[in-house]
Amino acid sequence: MLIGAGTATLLLFNGRIAGVSGILGNVIREAAGEQGWRLGFLLGLLVPALILGTGPALLPHHWAWATGSGLLVGAGTQIGSGCTSGHGVCGLANLSTRSLAATLVFMTAAVLTVLVVRHGGLQ
Amino acid sequence: MKFFTALLAGLIFGAGLLVSGMTNPANVLGFLDIFGEWRPQLAIVMGAAVLTAAPSFWAVRRSRRSLLGAPVDLPDRRHIDKLLLAGAATFGVGWGLSGICPGPGIVLLASGHGMAYLFMAAVIAGMWLVQLILNKRALR
Repeated sequence: MLIGAGTATLLLFNGRIAGVSGILGNVIREAAGEQGWRLGFLLGLLVPALILGTGPALLPHHWAWATGSGLLVGAGTQIGSGCTSGHGVCGLANLSTRSLAATLVFMTAAVLTVLVVRHGGLQ
Repeated sequence: MKFFTALLAGLIFGAGLLVSGMTNPANVLGFLDIFGEWRPQLAIVMGAAVLTAAPSFWAVRRSRRSLLGAPVDLPDRRHIDKLLLAGAATFGVGWGLSGICPGPGIVLLASGHGMAYLFMAAVIAGMWLVQLILNKRALR
């Protein structure tokens, strides 16, 4: 519910979509105009964890695993114009069929990947 | 002002990721592992997020202006194309490998763990590479 409330706050006050990959992608693209609010949002994401700590987190054990996963996540979200927050939360809340299609595809791909990794003998 | 409302939005969003357990990749991988020991809790988190956000989308569709007077920037592309599907599939594989998507990836930087930094550096590299290629294609 807090995730939804954060999304609503950005939309109601700033008129912007709280899609993390979109915001991050536009920061590195140096999209025309306003970077201030984008950096504000990204900084806001980080602050609760800086204060409270991140708690237990199972991070990749091998550098190649972290790099490969990150590259696919970065490239995929740019090609597909969105991630879990942009398509999965904002898009669905906005009743977008495009985002529904994207969400179904990335969920399926992620489930199949976990299936192969965990039960296919890769791990 | 725009900076502060966005900061506030990020704070709430980041706190939500943290308390919901989205920032622990073990929970995300458990959620994705529907053929193993499935942990369905995160479906409730996503459902609640969508339901909480939905009224605000309905509101700005009617008003067309944000509370700060900015024009509302809603994506209105409806077309489901190959890029969307290919990108979503690529992202899904990456997400399934680590259990980390961009939002939690940023939050995890606060852990100070090298793997979190490496992951986000790779995310940015991947984004940058795609922007480079798509820009070149658009120029042709």
